[in-house]
Amino acid sequence: MSCIFRYIKPYLGRMTVGLIVKVLATIAELLIPWALAYMVDDIIPMKSVKMILLWGCVMFLFAFLAWIGNIVANRMASRVARNTTERLRLDLFTKISYLSSRQAEGFTMPSLISRATTDTYNIHQMVGMMQRLGVRSPIMMLGGIGITMTLDVPLTLIMVCMLPFMGVLVYHISKKGIPLYTYVQEAIDRFVRQLREDITGVRVIKALSKVEYETEKFDKINEEVVNRDRHAGMIMNVLNPVMNFLLNVGMVLVILLGAWRVNEGLTEPGTIIAFMSYVTLILNAMLFMSRLFVMTSKATASGKRIEAVLDTPADLLVEEHDPIQTEDHIVFDHVTYSYEGSAPNVKDICFSLKKGETLGIIGATGSGKTTLINLLMRFYDVGKGAIYINGKDVRSYDPKELHTMFGAAFQNDVIFNDTIYENIRFGRNISKEEALEAAKYAQALEFIEEKGVDSVLAIKGANLSGGQKQRLLIARALAGKPEILILDDSSSALDYKTDAKLRQEINAHFADTTTIIIAQRISSIMGADKIIVMDEGEMIGYGTHEELMKTCSIYQEISQSQMGGEASGEE
Amino acid sequence: MAKNKKEHLIEKPDIASSLKEQRAREAKRAPKNRKHIILRLLKYLMRYKWYVFFALLLSIGSNLFALVGPMLSGYAIDAIEFGRGNVDFDTVVHYCILMIIFYGLSSAMSYGLAVLMLQITRKVVYSMRQDLFNRLMSLPVGYFDRNPSGDIISRFSYDVDTINTSLSSDLITLFSSAITVIVSLVMMIIISPKLVLIFVVTVPVTIVFTKKLTSYTRPLFRARSRKLGELNGFIEEMMTGQKTLKAYHQQPTTIEKFKAHNTDAVNAYYQADYMGSMVGPSVNLINNISLSLVTIFGAILYLGGSMTLGDISSFVLYSRKFSGPINESANIMSELQSALAAAERVFRLIDEAPEPEDSEHAMELKEVRGDVELNDVCFGYTAEREIIHDLSLKAPKGKTVAIVGPTGAGKTTLINLLMRFYDVDSGTITVDEKPIADLTRGSLRRAYAMVLQDTWLFHGTIYENISYGSDTATMEDVRRVAKAAHIHNYIMTLPDQYDTILSDDGTNISKGQKQLITIARAMLLDAHMLILDEATSNVDTRTEIQIQQAMLKLMEGKTCFVIAHRLSTIRNADQILVVKDGEIVEIGNHRELMTKKGFYSQLYYSQFQ
Repeated sequence: MSCIFRYIKPYLGRMTVGLIVKVLATIAELLIPWALAYMVDDIIPMKSVKMILLWGCVMFLFAFLAWIGNIVANRMASRVARNTTERLRLDLFTKISYLSSRQAEGFTMPSLISRATTDTYNIHQMVGMMQRLGVRSPIMMLGGIGITMTLDVPLTLIMVCMLPFMGVLVYHISKKGIPLYTYVQEAIDRFVRQLREDITGVRVIKALSKVEYETEKFDKINEEVVNRDRHAGMIMNVLNPVMNFLLNVGMVLVILLGAWRVNEGLTEPGTIIAFMSYVTLILNAMLFMSRLFVMTSKATASGKRIEAVLDTPADLLVEEHDPIQTEDHIVFDHVTYSYEGSAPNVKDICFSLKKGETLGIIGATGSGKTTLINLLMRFYDVGKGAIYINGKDVRSYDPKELHTMFGAAFQNDVIFNDTIYENIRFGRNISKEEALEAAKYAQALEFIEEKGVDSVLAIKGANLSGGQKQRLLIARALAGKPEILILDDSSSALDYKTDAKLRQEINAHFADTTTIIIAQRISSIMGADKIIVMDEGEMIGYGTHEELMKTCSIYQEISQSQMGGEASGEE
Repeated sequence: MAKNKKEHLIEKPDIASSLKEQRAREAKRAPKNRKHIILRLLKYLMRYKWYVFFALLLSIGSNLFALVGPMLSGYAIDAIEFGRGNVDFDTVVHYCILMIIFYGLSSAMSYGLAVLMLQITRKVVYSMRQDLFNRLMSLPVGYFDRNPSGDIISRFSYDVDTINTSLSSDLITLFSSAITVIVSLVMMIIISPKLVLIFVVTVPVTIVFTKKLTSYTRPLFRARSRKLGELNGFIEEMMTGQKTLKAYHQQPTTIEKFKAHNTDAVNAYYQADYMGSMVGPSVNLINNISLSLVTIFGAILYLGGSMTLGDISSFVLYSRKFSGPINESANIMSELQSALAAAERVFRLIDEAPEPEDSEHAMELKEVRGDVELNDVCFGYTAEREIIHDLSLKAPKGKTVAIVGPTGAGKTTLINLLMRFYDVDSGTITVDEKPIADLTRGSLRRAYAMVLQDTWLFHGTIYENISYGSDTATMEDVRRVAKAAHIHNYIMTLPDQYDTILSDDGTNISKGQKQLITIARAMLLDAHMLILDEATSNVDTRTEIQIQQAMLKLMEGKTCFVIAHRLSTIRNADQILVVKDGEIVEIGNHRELMTKKGFYSQLYYSQFQ
């Protein structure tokens, strides 16, 4: 929670002002019954209509003061809550944006999403409620105790001695509540995941008639969420009645002690009667406070989840590594990496590329092609070996400097619910003309013009076909005139004709760009300056098309299957 | 920013028109709406009427027992006679014990009440989410293209939670308030009917005021729910695009955009609070004024001799009891407002038009042979733009129909029609001579097995993912198809093999591997028709050759619809439809099309350039 308070801190000044206003308003409100009592006891017996009206006006005045004060204080409280949440959520989102891939996987995406959403709502609610209810009730309680003190000290003390019991109760229950609500949030994470899956997979679910099955699955997690929530609620709800009971026991003790004291001639029955009404006041205040405690435990659970993200140490920092002397643009020097930390996903990878050269990577599904890109772009750090761009280790680049060198279209790339132009521009300084030029090279101009460059794409590009999506992504990659272009299996949905044209355009207009193409089709990479054949994480072939045709049997096989058989086919 | 987006959206005719319609409908419904929503919420509660009934009993019970307490304490105090040695300790102790018993009972009952309320809200939340989910699953697939998943999720979580919070606390408050109000009113009328006249003025003022104010706050609370939904949608979208955002170093711009959404959302929250914060103090003000008026007029009546001092003080006591609950009800008005706004969003999803019901005489498609026929089919996603014109096609049992053409030519549309994700505008599609419009959707879709380009795997073990769709598949079967799909060896290298959990953002499984798993999944299905939509686009060609045997076996005896770019996959198809710009330009088998030297042969040769 300390972290949440850090966010409230800048508004402490405003919060204090708000709280003071609230205190004043509460006092004004409490003065109304006092003025009333004064009127009944002292003014009315004077039988003066003038005085009655005067004091009536005093009551009006207090009423207005309470009105204005409460509204102002509430609004100030809302503002503090808004500002706190705004900053907290922004920082959380920023932090999440900069988490390394490995860290983000650790939290899992649905969990990160619900931390940025539901958990921050909980905090928002709590900060607002605390200020609004957190002042009134303690004042009522302390005021009540203060007044009873003036009536009879021993009686007050016996009532007050119930307070430690209540304190212990509140402490234990809210301590229990925090893990319970954390537990609830975990279930909510899974609930959200299930829901997301069903939303993204709706076509498959329907096609396989698995709606009932999914409904059952949803049913289970739905039930779990509500059950956990109920369980937490069952514990938290003990607070209220037990506190009520304790306070009433205190009242009974007051009567017993009072009876004894009256018997001894130390106090009067009237005092006991007065005591009763104040006990009610204190009781009400305590009820409100216990509600606050419930809310606080819930918010603390959320606060901890948010903190866990905020406190994650920055990963993939810029590290000092010795540069090497080289003419080459990109160098992989004995690179080994493993996602799981056990069997390596890529082993001992060595190759180098000169500026403007094209590298093709081909190999079986799961052979580690994409891993090479992930390492080159430093989404992960190499296990062994090193990767250099312009002789400088990728780990010693500033991430911004590193990433702006690249233009990349990935396998599972995203299209945003925005205009086509924005999707190509992607926040960079790229004019519409440049975007359209890139679209032309990417063979995307035709459909973009048909749809209109300012038309909005559906969520996940649902109103585009697979091939249109890929061409748009390639346009995005080209638009930045990158130093290094990465095309990770990004033309698989293109027909051969389009694919061929695309490569021609890239060759013609991006001669200085070092290009890495991962592909399944040999035709996509056979023109490359160098080709790597990957198999189970190892380079089993490295050279030009001609060389590989001679030396690499798997490459020959692939080539045979795609080109040979057909070229001499039906004709 | 968000507003901008809306405007852009409107450029799309289909969405724009539906949005406009929705707005218009909303506007028309607005005044009746609230009552309607409250009634629907009550209906949810009434599903558990016995629980509600007991809750009411308990709340009456615990209130009454709590009221007995002061009475008993009165008796106890009466036994405390003034003066040394005059106290009747037996009586005092007697009543004290009774007090403890009654307070104990009251506390037990109020805990019971709380638990009961938890049960009720749990059930309501549960069934509300269930209803939401059931409707969600019956919506046409187009709905999911239009609505961000984050926003849908926000309805399930945030909105339902808001309703829940309000139901669990506010209802009981309202009810016990009602009891107190009625009792106090009766008592006040007994004491002084004249003074009650003051309330005849102030209570309506309170009601009118609250009504007026809520009419201001209502749209604000609605905006608050909506903005939170939008924020969720944005967060969801950006988090799925993490890798790309990083690759282009777009975190700063995304954060800028997020800032706008975030500010919008918290401001909407604040604005609702801003107006909402007036309600409580204002109602308090009116009550305090009426209290002052009671005192003043009471005093004047006293001067006139028609009231005693004692009457004034007990009238005041009751009037405070009377106004207390009214205050509290006004205070929870803002909570209720946000609950209603949330309920509106929930109900809107529940009211979304589902896929049209299967027609009344819809038959189950049984013992499928697999003769598929299309007659003069026309279709467009929007009325303005027809994508398929007068398409006729015969795909007899066991034959393969391939659909080729440049990207974006409308190939996937055909699949949507075959599986009835969308209905044709005119013409008919038949399976085994039965028009598919007369079949139940479930049985029609079950008759197809499909492998789509967009692979979908869920959080679960590999075994579960492969056996998804087949209820009878054993581990043996799963292994068999995994071997056939050439994914078995890979699976065996994983730490938990077939029990390895695939996480939704798993990185060490590539798109190609995902595709192999979905192919294995399709192999387990006992369907007579097969749809392959770019089924192997992400599988490398060597693997593709290796699984070709299995694919052929998968296709054996089935009516197949194949979409592919790799012309090698479709050369052996019995019929090839060449689609261009949404129209079928050529039909024939490979040999015929090649000799025609038309668009197909151009496509074919281009792959060797």
